[in-house]
Amino acid sequence: MHLSSDQQILWQHGFLKLNGTIVTTWALMIVMAVGAKLITRRLATVGEISRWQGFLELVVTAIEGQIKEVGLSQPERYLGFLGTLFLFVATASLCTLIPGYEPPTGSLSTTAALALCVFVAVPLFGIEEQGLGGYLKSYMQPTFLMLPFNIISELSRTLALAVRLFGNMMSGAMIIGILLTITPFIFPIIMTALGLLTGMVQAYIFSILAAVYVAAATRVRQPKPASEGKR
Amino acid sequence: MDNMTLIALGSIITAGLTMAVGGIGPALSEGRAVATALSALAQQPDASGTITRTLFVGLAMIESIAIYCFVVSMILIFANPFWNHVIAQAVGK
Repeated sequence: MHLSSDQQILWQHGFLKLNGTIVTTWALMIVMAVGAKLITRRLATVGEISRWQGFLELVVTAIEGQIKEVGLSQPERYLGFLGTLFLFVATASLCTLIPGYEPPTGSLSTTAALALCVFVAVPLFGIEEQGLGGYLKSYMQPTFLMLPFNIISELSRTLALAVRLFGNMMSGAMIIGILLTITPFIFPIIMTALGLLTGMVQAYIFSILAAVYVAAATRVRQPKPASEGKR
Repeated sequence: MDNMTLIALGSIITAGLTMAVGGIGPALSEGRAVATALSALAQQPDASGTITRTLFVGLAMIESIAIYCFVVSMILIFANPFWNHVIAQAVGK
């Protein structure tokens, strides 16, 4: 049963395998990087602004606004990471319009990699903001008995991020595949539209959750007022 | 009943039951979440941005439970290790 593009092996040499997921991911990365480079070659601030530049400005401003609303007061520091997460997952899901394309996020390896990036980035941002001691102390909030639960919640959030994205993308692709063998006319089109909507929502959810985790890690905790100790 | 039949029977029934029972809870809670969000929107329409975003994040978290059930169901049907083991034994004989 064709679960994901992991099973399409395009080239093999010993134990090194080049499967469909890797090729699709790299193709997406090249298209996005080259496209962005081409569009931002001659940025204009006054006068005639090209349509592509306007579109990119729209996207970047919207992402910045969302990051600020989550509670991160300096969105420029996190825009690179969080914006890339959203744009990669959204582009991977949009390209399902191309016939013969399978989203790389429908493979558990890709989503696990993205979730691991978030898992590593959240402590990094937290340490950058609060220092190593301050960040580690946050695991003991509100009491040191919560330490194992905080650690477990970190691990389970990462797992949930990976499985949520994988499950949504894989189920969409699989349902369309099954429907194509049963009613190959109008119904698969409706399901493709639903799959696109789900893909966009999941891209938004993934990046907003990553932003919320980063905001929770970089939240500067207010020191307790001195009057409490005197009682 | 020999091993193969038992494993196949168990996997099929469990896969179906997992999806059936596992879909009830998330469906009911998502309905409640949307209903509460709608009444909050009716009371404070100018907070619609925050309410909508929180609603989507909450729905994604609830949906994850259903997705976990779906993944277990898929594993039982398509990537069942016990079935593969038993098939390998049968082929080896």
